[in-house]
Amino acid sequence: MDRRTVFNGRLLPVVLLLPQLLLTLFFFYWPAGEAVWSSLTTQDAFGQGWVFVGLDNFQDLFSDPLYLDSIVRTVFFCLTVSVVAISLALALAVFADRQIAGRGVYRTLLIWPYAIAPAMSAVLFLFVLNPRVGLLGRWLNRHGVAWDYTLNGSQAMLMVVSASAWKQVSYDFIFFLAGLQSIPRAVIEAARMDGAKGWRRFRTITFPLLSPTTFFLLVVNVVYAAFDTFGTIYALTQGGPGKDTETLVIKVFRDGVINQDIGSSSAQSVVLMLGVILITAVQFRFMGRRTLS
Amino acid sequence: MRRSFNRPDYIAHTILVLGVLLFAFPVWLVFAGSTQDSDAIMRGDLSLMPHLANLSVYPRVLLHGTMGTEPVWHMLLTSFGMAVAIATGKIFISVLSAYAVVFFRFPFRQTAFWLIFVTLMLPVEVRIIPTYAVMAGFGLINTFTGLWVPLIASATATLLFRQVFTAIPDELVEAARIDGAGPLRFLRDIVLPVSGANIAALFVILFVYGWNQYLWPLLVSTDPALDTIVIGIVKMIGQETQTDWSAVMATAVLALLPPVAVVVLMQRWFVAGLTEGEK
Repeated sequence: MDRRTVFNGRLLPVVLLLPQLLLTLFFFYWPAGEAVWSSLTTQDAFGQGWVFVGLDNFQDLFSDPLYLDSIVRTVFFCLTVSVVAISLALALAVFADRQIAGRGVYRTLLIWPYAIAPAMSAVLFLFVLNPRVGLLGRWLNRHGVAWDYTLNGSQAMLMVVSASAWKQVSYDFIFFLAGLQSIPRAVIEAARMDGAKGWRRFRTITFPLLSPTTFFLLVVNVVYAAFDTFGTIYALTQGGPGKDTETLVIKVFRDGVINQDIGSSSAQSVVLMLGVILITAVQFRFMGRRTLS
Repeated sequence: MRRSFNRPDYIAHTILVLGVLLFAFPVWLVFAGSTQDSDAIMRGDLSLMPHLANLSVYPRVLLHGTMGTEPVWHMLLTSFGMAVAIATGKIFISVLSAYAVVFFRFPFRQTAFWLIFVTLMLPVEVRIIPTYAVMAGFGLINTFTGLWVPLIASATATLLFRQVFTAIPDELVEAARIDGAGPLRFLRDIVLPVSGANIAALFVILFVYGWNQYLWPLLVSTDPALDTIVIGIVKMIGQETQTDWSAVMATAVLALLPPVAVVVLMQRWFVAGLTEGEK
């Protein structure tokens, strides 16, 4: 994909690239390098210097049952959030794609939540479901349901999953709608003439044709749930009660920023980086190289 | 299709209305609550009908904040400044770097591109601790610069502009060269205007991204004078006892308005930009 015609000059392109490259160097490569370095060292007994310890920090990490719990919890959290958000979005998109009155209004009213910050979705959910202040939360307790996500771990998980999925639906909706609109009308018409109706047409024609979009969204949603939901979880539960909603990113923050355990949190950062690299590799492997073309 | 014009598609309307309500309900609840008495909210007497006579809570939180926070106008201004700076900064440096990669041939061109591209894989969340150390080294902790500069390096925006620029026909470049236009004039007079729609779309996406930041400001600033509105509102809900709930709810409404307005007003560009760009 190279151009035939280009401008001459050696200095100008370097000057144009410099701001981006410098920022990338200072705020991506340097911290990443630092994380790798600190993950391989530990502070000596007197707090004076650093001792190289090889993979000890990683060994400690993976023999720590709390860390393994956090991995399992994060995987569960990511998959649940993604499946809930994607299913809801797909259902809404299928109906919003029909030729009905007011479809433009419906679309706007389903797209605006894209603008909601992850931390703001936590605030909104608090006002609905908090056992003391929330409208529904109080209602549940008045009607004999012992609802308190600040004390009950499963309820806390339900709460952070719902708030995180809720915020992501509109993003997925936008992509499914675009995907549906790019399906040729002729294909749908042909299926209609063959007598394929409603659910069967969706299952055998529409859904398979949407599978590239669905796969793309699955990757994006998993990354969103793993990283961007920090604000949602931290504002709602801080990872609690206990560690019941402590995902990997919350744990890095708690261990590194609050408990100042640099060695362990750096090792955790490195594990997360490897995780992101893996996800990105999978995405490019299966999505083709569209972004690169 | 013919059938659906003959009689309303009740199933579709029902599902879509339910979907719309699922998103509108919490916001309506918070708006209604903001106009009611805080003690009533604490007692659980929250009504879904707003008391429109009590809108005075809005000027109150805007000018004075609540429970010792910064005034809300100040937090909104900080968020606005941060969002605009991130959006503009990212677009600016990404246009320049993409332009260099697409329209010039120079040593290490591919290397430079890959150096930028690889950072696609490193969100802030995975490098919390080391980034803090680097920020401290630059003296950027508790500064406004620290809130936005580190967030403007972007692989996604560079990739997007690279795609857009590659699609510009060679004939345009030839014509410009015959007319004696240099690379900077070509950028200003041809490349930027033809990329206008992409820039507008990206601005919306990045404005929302900037406005919604939470972890980053939490990390680099402990100074209440630098609190963004998102940081401010989470601080407010953190003090669960003796909270001035109607003021908190009013703040929540004010925090939602600007990014929602931007998305709704620029919906067309933004949707096209999102689905074409990020895929």
